Amino acid sequence: MSASAVPMRAREPGPQRFREMAGNVGWGVLAWVVGIAFFLPVLWMVLTAFKPESAAQTWPPKFIFSPTLSQFRLVFSGWGPFVTHSVIATTVSTLLVLLLGVPAAYALSVHPVPHWRDGLFFFISTKMLPIVAVIGPLYVIALKAHLLDSIWLLIILYTAMNLPLAIWMIRSFMLEVPRELLEAARLDGAGRIREITGVILPVISPGLVSTALICVIFAWNELFLALNLTITNAATMPMFLISSVPQEGLYLAHLSAAAVVASVPVILVGWIAQRSLVRGLSMGAIK
Amino acid sequence: MANVKFVSATRVYAKGAPPAVNALDLDVKDGEFMVLVGPSGSGKTTALRMLAGLEPLDGGRVEIGDRDVTFVPPKDRDIAMVFQNYALYPQKTVAENMGFALKMQHVPKDERARRVKEAARLLDLDGQLLDRKPKALSGGQRQRVAMGRAIVREPQVFLMDEPLSNLDAKLRVQTRSQIAELQRRLGVTTVYVTHDQVEAMTMGNRVAVLADGKLQQCDTPRQLYDNPVNQFVAGFIGSPAMNLQTVPLTEGGVRLAGTVIPLPTAVRTAASQAGLRELVLGIRPEHLHLANGAGEIAGEVLLVEELGADALLHVRLADSGNQVVARAEGRKPPAPGQEVTFRVQPDDVFAFNPVTGARIAG
Repeated sequence: MSASAVPMRAREPGPQRFREMAGNVGWGVLAWVVGIAFFLPVLWMVLTAFKPESAAQTWPPKFIFSPTLSQFRLVFSGWGPFVTHSVIATTVSTLLVLLLGVPAAYALSVHPVPHWRDGLFFFISTKMLPIVAVIGPLYVIALKAHLLDSIWLLIILYTAMNLPLAIWMIRSFMLEVPRELLEAARLDGAGRIREITGVILPVISPGLVSTALICVIFAWNELFLALNLTITNAATMPMFLISSVPQEGLYLAHLSAAAVVASVPVILVGWIAQRSLVRGLSMGAIK
Repeated sequence: MANVKFVSATRVYAKGAPPAVNALDLDVKDGEFMVLVGPSGSGKTTALRMLAGLEPLDGGRVEIGDRDVTFVPPKDRDIAMVFQNYALYPQKTVAENMGFALKMQHVPKDERARRVKEAARLLDLDGQLLDRKPKALSGGQRQRVAMGRAIVREPQVFLMDEPLSNLDAKLRVQTRSQIAELQRRLGVTTVYVTHDQVEAMTMGNRVAVLADGKLQQCDTPRQLYDNPVNQFVAGFIGSPAMNLQTVPLTEGGVRLAGTVIPLPTAVRTAASQAGLRELVLGIRPEHLHLANGAGEIAGEVLLVEELGADALLHVRLADSGNQVVARAEGRKPPAPGQEVTFRVQPDDVFAFNPVTGARIAG
């Protein structure tokens, strides 16, 4: 593994060729080691999820066991309300973020409003304060507004949480839209709305997908706000994971199964989004 | 159909910076093919964008069809523009691209389809291409779609911003003549921007030469070639460029390469009245005639560029050591290292003021 990659100039077979091959093998091994190191906890989680509770706690861990779906049965019997809340809070907040983020990004990039720099800085500045610092005021406001333990509260907060990042991302995609394309649209008689819906959005759609993906991941995995501001009526999947830990007794297999179930939607969304991310940002627009 | 008029149109990008377009006065006649040509930074594209309404004016006005459109938004100017990179909508099909402006004008669908088909036919665009996306087209096809998008609108004025610069050399020459021919057939007033003086000369009814935001000269290609008003136009129009040499004034003419090139009396009088002791002499490469020892201008051939029909000789002049380019017949050009002499006709010699660059006319 100590052998470094040799430049490609070696043509004659011999020691140099051998060193080159050894170098490639070395890098390959390193990549696998690092990859497995990252993936091992995930693998462990998935394996544990299929074990009976008694087999989950053994040390050293067993890799050969008779798999069971009993933990998943248990998870699916109790996850109903949690997953519903998560799906609602995540999708509605993500849609709201896109709905608000697109015009905001437009006003900060394509047709910049006066003081657009200040606006841009303001949006990102809201992310500088740790959320712990405002949980007290948030709690009081939610209490007074009768929004505690309400799904609407999570929707509002997740929208606010993701909006700054989304605006920055969408703005950077909009800046990449060729200027001539927008000018052609203006000459063709497209108004502001048409310009956005007919020209800009189709071009930046891969960017919108990646923005939405990030919003979905953040909202889906958010725990702190959900933990402090909801109990039952709006509790989300991360709350479900916490509730899977009983006061006493064995729980590792059950928790693993719950964690697997909680991760699957994000992985699925990511996998679907990846296919549309591959498409180029504005292929065919230029030249 | 309409004429186009720039009246001291000015555009300043940044305060304190020299204007990108400086008090441009230009009159484009109805149905005329006007080419704006100049090096980069000359303001030709800015001038076109001012006409399109994509660039506001900081002074003066722009008229289309005797209507002041200085403050009219682009879509209401009844113009169509072809962009250098074509700016086709990547997610729309060719037909949608071409019909988009008509759709914005609420033209009925049947009428739209008819006009798109008509434009495609004019441009020899295959009907099957109409359902494709731009990325599935070749560069030449994209260029024609961009043209088609302009033609479909049946505008009063076509604006073209270097529409051929993304094509390869062979296709460019071919498309050049097609565009010129099409414009003549449609008879639509056209303002065409290019940095390529060959394009300008071959396509334009008239050519406006710009430099540093100022209009240098606007005339027919022939007149620009025969009667450039200043040193810039003289050097810019013609390929290879005119030989420009700073030479001392003498009795009866100027001294160049060990000989005296005679100048008309009027030129000499004008030069001496301006207090000049030297001036810039301009001779086009095609006006330096090889003279087999009988000529006056002597020099040594350094390099021969064979072009087939003719050859370009890079020649070091006898006494000054300056280099000039001469066009010779391609069959048997002199070899590098050979001593040669040239003759020029007195009529083919231009004189310019070395300070102002203005032509000193006889």
